[in-house]
Amino acid sequence: MKDRLPGGISIMKQLLTGNEAAAEAAIQAGCRYYYGYPITPQNELINYMSTRMPEVGGAFIQAESEIAAISMVHGSAAAGGRAMTSSSSPGISLKQEGISYLAGSELPCVIVNIQRGGPGLGDISASQADYFQAVKGGGHGDYHTIVLAPCSVQEMADLVYDAFDLADKYRNPVIILGDAQVGQLMEPVEFHKKPKKNLPAKSWALTGAEGRKKNVIKSFYPVKGQLEEFNAHLQRKYRTIEEHEVRYEAINIHKADVILVAYGTSARICKEVVKKSQQYKFKVGMVRPVTLWPFPKEIIRKVSERVECILTVEMSAGQMVEDVKLAVEGRCPVHFYGRTGGGVPTSLEIIRKIVEIVPDNRAANTLLQLAAVK
Amino acid sequence: MHTIYEKPKSFIDTPTHFCPGCGHGIVLRMIAEIIDAWGIRGKTIGLAPVGCAVLAYNYLDIDMCEAAHGRPPAVATGIKRVHPDHVVFAYQGDGDLAAIGTAEIIHAANRGENITFIFVNNAVYGMTSGQMAPTTLLRQKTVTTPSGRDPINSGHPIRVCELLAVLDGSSYLERVSLSSPENIRKTKKAIEKGFKTQMEKKGFSLIEILSPCPIYWRMDANEAMKYIDEEMTRTFPLGVVKDWEHKN
Repeated sequence: MKDRLPGGISIMKQLLTGNEAAAEAAIQAGCRYYYGYPITPQNELINYMSTRMPEVGGAFIQAESEIAAISMVHGSAAAGGRAMTSSSSPGISLKQEGISYLAGSELPCVIVNIQRGGPGLGDISASQADYFQAVKGGGHGDYHTIVLAPCSVQEMADLVYDAFDLADKYRNPVIILGDAQVGQLMEPVEFHKKPKKNLPAKSWALTGAEGRKKNVIKSFYPVKGQLEEFNAHLQRKYRTIEEHEVRYEAINIHKADVILVAYGTSARICKEVVKKSQQYKFKVGMVRPVTLWPFPKEIIRKVSERVECILTVEMSAGQMVEDVKLAVEGRCPVHFYGRTGGGVPTSLEIIRKIVEIVPDNRAANTLLQLAAVK
Repeated sequence: MHTIYEKPKSFIDTPTHFCPGCGHGIVLRMIAEIIDAWGIRGKTIGLAPVGCAVLAYNYLDIDMCEAAHGRPPAVATGIKRVHPDHVVFAYQGDGDLAAIGTAEIIHAANRGENITFIFVNNAVYGMTSGQMAPTTLLRQKTVTTPSGRDPINSGHPIRVCELLAVLDGSSYLERVSLSSPENIRKTKKAIEKGFKTQMEKKGFSLIEILSPCPIYWRMDANEAMKYIDEEMTRTFPLGVVKDWEHKN
């Protein structure tokens, strides 16, 4: 069977929203336990799972609350299953109790956050204001979740698929940090069959202690000294993840005068600016973190040694910019442009900001022309 | 020589953290006895909550999972979906099950989850030094109701079995007590019935056990047993509240 149409378009491609692509990718990654609660803008995900999960013999429950949904994930993960839940910002806040327990019990699972505007009930449009919550822990205690940030429907599918492997490899929760744009956008997507990774067996899982010593899944260490020892173990694991799992996309970083740092939907807009700038003398490059934790500090540190300045663009009041500054450690100025409350930065706004921050008027001359074209 | 009494194999030989006169040890031992007698250690998974029962996994020699405060019904649901033919039970106290975990227990019952819940009701928060529980009796003194529980400020004791009985998803609900050898035997029968309900896939079962907490009731062990019989059972009458085998 031919798998390409004239023009090279794969017939395997489907037109899906990011939310649906996340659900289908989870199924293809072997997730058979999904527990969710309705909230806009992630509803396409729970809706998709309600029909798709029974088709593959998996479990789907519309839970009574976000807290119950993450607790069900806790149970299925403890029992050795690949489990997932999804929500949007206010719902993710409710799940923080469970996420802390999952991290403290070293249980693998995938949590999708299709971010909306906050604080509080906020609104239902795209936002990146949950960055701190996702990358700094979110719940109580010293822990990290691995945080992946897709910027397209295809990347949503690819990262959700990888998320299950990463979770199992490190016995750690993985968060997919999307937003209303990436979740509700429809784009062609193809589900690639990937080779099975050689992952450690789940000898720790609860299966009934037939013919073996009992297994206990817990995060409670009341005996003096035990908890400190356990935390040291967690921190060693986190250092290993930081060493091996950093992912980013770098565009035109070698010739750039200014580097944009952005992820997810903001990164799509920044890419546009980078593309436009290539026709002019003044060059804009970009680093797009794909893993928000572990954060790609090394590449940002490297570019900071060469460029005039860095501009971080976010749909927040300035969260990731703090990690960029930590990576740069004062080697070059780090600026910020952000929109909040459902506001999405435009390429024109970003160009204006670049003109404002560049120390001479080289940028102004070329980039303002560009803006005028717009 | 004929052995007439021994420690169940599924009960670990270790000192417990329970206070003198506490009922938890009796209940955990009976669970271990049933697991041994029925030979189900290899297919049983237990849930330990937050509260006095938090360390249940140190005493039972079976696979066990911790759950956040009040969440055992949801965590157990996740486990049961992975192992539908295993015996999954949650061991919960009154604060865990009837205060912070009210939503979880009601919806587990409403879904008719094929799981057994062992609900130890001692009318007080023991682990945290004796505060009011949702099941604290009216006028009962606790550290947070120093003049006795006043319904105007603190509400009324919650009757969990009766509350869950109105849900179509619940199958077996019984209230028992630990106040005498006879009542302890009845309690063991009730736990057996709960496990049987689950193993025959008849749905949600919950056994509410009135259990003494002499330390935070500020009385001796004998007075505590008397308190169960004479005071607690007036608010929490013993008996079967719902039974799938004998539908009214």
